[in-house]
Amino acid sequence: MTATLPASALNDPAKMERHQSHARPPATRRQTVPWADAVFSALAHGAAWLTLALLAGIIVSLVIGAAPAIREFGLGFLWSSDWDPVKNKYGGLVMIYGTLMTSLIALVIAVPVSFGIALFLTELSPTWLKRPLGTAIELLAAVPSIVYGMWGLLVFSPLLSTYVQQPLQSLLGGVPYLGALVSGPPVGIGLLSAGIILAIMIIPFIASVMRDVFEVTPSLLKESAYGLGATTWEVMFKVVLPYTKTGVVGGVMLGLGRALGETMAVTFVIGNQSQLNSASLFEAANSITSVLANEFAEAGAGLHQASLIYLGLVLFFITFVVLAFSKVLLTRLKKREGARA
Amino acid sequence: MSSMATPTQAAIALLNSRLRKHAQRKRVNAIALVLSLAAMAFGLFWLIWILFETVRLGLGGLSWSLFTQMTPPPQDESGGLANAIFGSVTMVTLATLLGTPIGVLAGIYLAEYGQKGSLGSVTRFINDILLAAPSIVIGLFIYSVVVARVKSFSAWAGVLALALIVIPVVIRTTENMLTLIPNALREAAYALGTPKWKVIMTVTLKSARAGVLTGILLALARIAGETAPLLFTALSNQFWTSDLGSPMASLPVTIFKFAMSPYENWQKLAWAGVFLITMGVLVLNILARTFLRNKH
Amino acid sequence: MDKRVDLPIAEKLKLTVRNLNFYYGNFLALKNINLDIPEHKVTAFIGPSGCGKSTLLRTFNRMFELYPEQRAEGEILLDGENVLTSKEDVSLIRAKIGMVFQKPTPFPMSIYDNIAFGVKLFETLPRVEMDERVEWALKKAALWTEVKDKLNQSGSGLSGGQQQRLCIARGIAIKPEVLLLDEPCSALDPISTGKIEELIHELKSDYTVVIVTHNMQQAARASDYTAYMYLGDLIEFGPTSEVFMKPKKKETEDYITGRFG
Repeated sequence: MTATLPASALNDPAKMERHQSHARPPATRRQTVPWADAVFSALAHGAAWLTLALLAGIIVSLVIGAAPAIREFGLGFLWSSDWDPVKNKYGGLVMIYGTLMTSLIALVIAVPVSFGIALFLTELSPTWLKRPLGTAIELLAAVPSIVYGMWGLLVFSPLLSTYVQQPLQSLLGGVPYLGALVSGPPVGIGLLSAGIILAIMIIPFIASVMRDVFEVTPSLLKESAYGLGATTWEVMFKVVLPYTKTGVVGGVMLGLGRALGETMAVTFVIGNQSQLNSASLFEAANSITSVLANEFAEAGAGLHQASLIYLGLVLFFITFVVLAFSKVLLTRLKKREGARA
Repeated sequence: MSSMATPTQAAIALLNSRLRKHAQRKRVNAIALVLSLAAMAFGLFWLIWILFETVRLGLGGLSWSLFTQMTPPPQDESGGLANAIFGSVTMVTLATLLGTPIGVLAGIYLAEYGQKGSLGSVTRFINDILLAAPSIVIGLFIYSVVVARVKSFSAWAGVLALALIVIPVVIRTTENMLTLIPNALREAAYALGTPKWKVIMTVTLKSARAGVLTGILLALARIAGETAPLLFTALSNQFWTSDLGSPMASLPVTIFKFAMSPYENWQKLAWAGVFLITMGVLVLNILARTFLRNKH
Repeated sequence: MDKRVDLPIAEKLKLTVRNLNFYYGNFLALKNINLDIPEHKVTAFIGPSGCGKSTLLRTFNRMFELYPEQRAEGEILLDGENVLTSKEDVSLIRAKIGMVFQKPTPFPMSIYDNIAFGVKLFETLPRVEMDERVEWALKKAALWTEVKDKLNQSGSGLSGGQQQRLCIARGIAIKPEVLLLDEPCSALDPISTGKIEELIHELKSDYTVVIVTHNMQQAARASDYTAYMYLGDLIEFGPTSEVFMKPKKKETEDYITGRFG
């Protein structure tokens, strides 16, 4: 009787043969799909080229669309405040001013507040609060702008009118320059309202970027400053902020870019008046985005539409300049830092 | 004796001025910290208020009819947002499906083929511009290229416009996630004789898939709330349609129209719509975050 | 300057390096290297940090080609054919010359799929044969008993030493002729290191092994031949016992006795 051993390589000659052949390198080898690399590379390169083509396409189509208006009004379009669909005369000063002014107001409010929030999140907040608070701020960034717009119009503006604009008007009414700023109907819509809503919208973007760059500041740097006896405020303002200024500038530019291009939040509360009667921030006005949102769909093909596209081109150009400027600034700051180091 | 008194006096004066300066610095610090706390509260306050109002005013308008009935004429008590909801879901889904492959491929290009060299840096710069471009300008572009040509507004135009917003977001997140994967992993695959496309698809992209998926989810959440690009591409439609070649209603555009109107029934529906969008977007964001955190 | 080394006539050569110069951009990192790697033996590259031993190793399977600013000039003959200028596709060359890296790099897939990954690139095997190949590779890498019940689990769930053995198994599975090990134990604890050194000893009967190590004692323990490099030059090459006991060059002796490094 032969004892049955468990089947193993030692007892199975076929398996033994295969095992030995495992160790021997194969006679020939070939790739399974030789042309796949070329195809995949072509697809990836093609996608990159498509991105370039998109930008080129956008610029070209905007220029072509705006051509009638450019031909008719030239560069004077930029500082004429005539906007008359009836007489077919157009000038973009009101909208350009509206876009720039609301974004300026937004930055003036948002940058210090964002700095305060970033300071709080990195230095003051107890550890268990950091993540939920940070998430809360980031969620603010996720809320779609139409929500801000609608809330701004139906909830915020009446309150702004009663509790901010009317008191401001009675307070500063007679004062020379400030008074002019707060004249006009205090009904809660206009440049100031749009600016405030925009500020609330861009705070989470700027605050997140600031918080991120503050957090990656080497703790050794902060510790050296604290070690010299500096207070928290001095460490943040005099050491961390200069150290992180590249990131901070980038974040502010990001916020500015968003503010310039924002449509819905502004359209609801800016008042949609294409007139620039006074320096008042309470007056109804228009921004490039709000006039596009309101008038484009009905504008017949012709000078009206071409002028609107002209405005779109101007807006795109402004955004591009802000972005390019921030990139140049950041590269130059980085180089200077490299040279110093 | 008098020569001894002067240094001590000077020393005391120095000490006093240091103490005064110190007290002042402490005061400045305290004010700054209080302001910082106030800033945090300021930010939180708006978030809570906006969300609160959205819930309060939107919840009241919630009912099954929202999903079953079409947008009504003004001052009509019945009606819902069914066509707008359908339109939004359709266009957002199609735009994500269209834009994601292009965005992922271009992100792969930037991370795996174009780290050095001019096409890579130019593409990155262009992508930054597209990311920062106002979405209404994208709408203008699609209008000129599609709507003006075909001489009609259509849902397809809306899908294209939204896809153009998805692409730069996905490119940025895909590139960032892929560059985080250490080179040693790639080299290990190459060392086995793996061809480049296989290294990317089965090793690099696979390792980064959590981050890439999160990026896609975030892009989806972003376009779900976009109004401007749809304003003159898909326009709107008060009736139900599933024809992608005709104008289609969407939640954001419908809300825009209804909220700016003086009609109360329309405003109520607008709040309900705002509630739906906000909840949808917030849920997507939280999902994306937890997904990314769990995968790590 | 011919730095040819005399080997015992009995040794068959697997890899021959002739007049190899290597550049990082404009920086000459390897200077006119001439070296013979004998078949079925373990050759160790030793030297202080920055001497070029890893750089030299990475020329053998043309890993440097992934980085455009790196280039190599000269000859690296594998069984007589120049690897650097061969018309053969580089993937096929790399299949003949396997590499294991400093840190374990399990792919994001199951243990089974990790091993099967390389095999599937070049061969279509029925399931039964693939199972056998995976088992064989894992047994060769001394990992089979530890993972045979969890082949479907992810590779990243293993300990560092197990992951590194997984990477070795993965490299063996495609049946290379040469195995390049770039400081394979630097991230491992002493016990895992010992297991891998035992493994290297067994592997040389089937493969030619070249190992880079910054640990001299490891070179002394595990290798048959040793090359000492310094700042891009090959200073000395010979049987390990000779290089460590009776080094021919003073620089070698200084490094071995720890006067610098």
